Amino acid sequence: MTGPAEERLTADVLVIGGGPAGAWAAWSAASHGARTVLADKGYLGTSGATAPGGTGFLYVEPDREKREKAVAERLKSGGFLSESPWIYRLMEQAYLNIQLVEKWGYRFPLDENGNLYKSHMQGPEYMELMRRVVRKAGVTILDQHPALELLVDEHGVGGARGVNRLTGGSWEVRANAVVIATGGCAFLSKGLGCNVQTGDGQLMASELGVEMSGMEFSRQYATTAAFSTITRNRVLGFASFYDGEGNLIHEGGPREDHFFAKHLAQGPVYAKLTHGNTPEKQAIIRASTPLWFVPFDRAGIDPFTQSFPIQMRYEGTIRGTGGIRLTGDYCQTSVQGLFAAGDAASREKTAGAKSGGGAYNASWAIASGTWSGKGAAEHALAQGKDASHRNVKPAGRHGLAHTADSTAPIPVREVVKAVQDEMFPLRINYFRSEPVLAGALERLDRQWPLVQGAVGPSATGRVQAREAAAMVANARWMYTAALIRKETRGMHTMAEYPELDDSMNRRLLLSGIERIAHRWESVPSGGQTVPPVTVKEGLTV
Amino acid sequence: MIELVSAERCIGCNLCVKVCPTNVFDKTEHEPVIARQSDCQTCFICEAYCPADALYVSPYADEQIAVDEAELAGNGVLGSWRATIGWGPGRTKLAALDKTPFIDRILPARTIRAAGVSDVRTPTTG
Repeated sequence: MTGPAEERLTADVLVIGGGPAGAWAAWSAASHGARTVLADKGYLGTSGATAPGGTGFLYVEPDREKREKAVAERLKSGGFLSESPWIYRLMEQAYLNIQLVEKWGYRFPLDENGNLYKSHMQGPEYMELMRRVVRKAGVTILDQHPALELLVDEHGVGGARGVNRLTGGSWEVRANAVVIATGGCAFLSKGLGCNVQTGDGQLMASELGVEMSGMEFSRQYATTAAFSTITRNRVLGFASFYDGEGNLIHEGGPREDHFFAKHLAQGPVYAKLTHGNTPEKQAIIRASTPLWFVPFDRAGIDPFTQSFPIQMRYEGTIRGTGGIRLTGDYCQTSVQGLFAAGDAASREKTAGAKSGGGAYNASWAIASGTWSGKGAAEHALAQGKDASHRNVKPAGRHGLAHTADSTAPIPVREVVKAVQDEMFPLRINYFRSEPVLAGALERLDRQWPLVQGAVGPSATGRVQAREAAAMVANARWMYTAALIRKETRGMHTMAEYPELDDSMNRRLLLSGIERIAHRWESVPSGGQTVPPVTVKEGLTV
Repeated sequence: MIELVSAERCIGCNLCVKVCPTNVFDKTEHEPVIARQSDCQTCFICEAYCPADALYVSPYADEQIAVDEAELAGNGVLGSWRATIGWGPGRTKLAALDKTPFIDRILPARTIRAAGVSDVRTPTTG
């Protein structure tokens, strides 16, 4: 990919990624007057963890007491790594934007008191609506256009290039501002909608020298039926659990910490929705979480009366909180013109060390998308000339045809399998301990030279080779960070250090890819809450 | 994972090729083909978009199975997810039927959070 690209565009802002964060970023950038292009690996409307199923939102009415309570709860549960002005700001922005979603035509259901219930949305409709909103805002949408690398000069980022998966041709978009909204990294675990997210944006940003923050907060799994991909745990709140011999191990209600992992480490675990014991309850559960039941209906299993095996699917940094370090109020990074939003960015400012869960991350996608879009638009529009006049160069260094340092092809399948073998097992990544993680990291390090090999010419081959490189990089960051944080905080645990250590009330930053360096950053305290972004909305969709 | 593109039902719109987030299908002169089945993430979204009810995603994420189109059609499985979410003419959209506001009321007892596992109590997802 060294010759000129077949598709060439110039914009003010390029958004990479078409999940909710990318959609909000593109809408916001265009609404602030920027010519905007959104390029997604898949399709804006179906890509990402939100699109296939339902998603809850952190949605708190503008009631001072309620919000103060929500902030206090989060500061503590987030292991004191979040910042209250950012949490207030997140709540306010998500609240305002969800009113827009309603105005644009999303039909929220009524609750028991006849009020609209706005803290949950069905993904297919939400994202189909967002696609229409983004189009109406004037954004050029490039579906099936994965980005492979950023473009850069001495003034910072200047666009990106990639491949059109449907034609096999190359594309290049020049832009003075780029928003990375490519999602977290779950290593192709098939958690619902997660396989688009292979950590590509983190690798691209890191190649420009941007640091990662909080990569140790990546110890996140979701429990599903063993055969299924529907990582929607809520339904299991209605289950009783059994061991392989059919003995009851838990009757429902409160579960001890690490319940699933502990029991699954000993052998198979089965579930049955024994608490969905009336037709009324069954109807409510089905109508709130319909996709969860699709695999059961098709497999001929009635989960209310028949037990089914469960397993834990790894969710990496999609529901973890680590990612690209943000340096400013509008999701700037340390590189000029480069912004990050959604799960690609570190969510420590709002979620801290604890999982964003669906709700926190879903609202973060709305808010960080909106902020980064404004920041990117203002940055781009302040530049004297557009990016087509800049002498930018491709910045990719790993897993690309033009960066290969050997003629041996990258063994993509083998590398992906090797990375999954270190990241998925509970005994390595869930029950974290020093010797086990150190051994895993050593084996991951040995994968790194393999992703510097040659890359075939097909679109799929080029995309998957780059994804393999990104996954090795993300895996190494995660375990490197986990070994440095010698304590237990939020979702990160270490067997040797079971307590929170106050001396580590700091964020852990990593830089570099081949060689990974680290430093600590204190959590800013105080500070003003930045007012929310509001856009003149004349839009009807 | 995806197991069927029905030649009989397909209208050749190639929407599945365009919307699949993991690029599983390839366009051909006839109906699209499942070109990269192992890349399917079993998210069911292609079925939601297919206007001809021509696709079938099996519930098994990690293993290939044989499917019988006549049986799937006879049981009303083809097109059933699209019907559930209310896409297609004359249907009520799922959003309006969402029963999430009622789920907390019927939860068996207050569940506590298992560290490292997505919360059950908080309505994270559905």
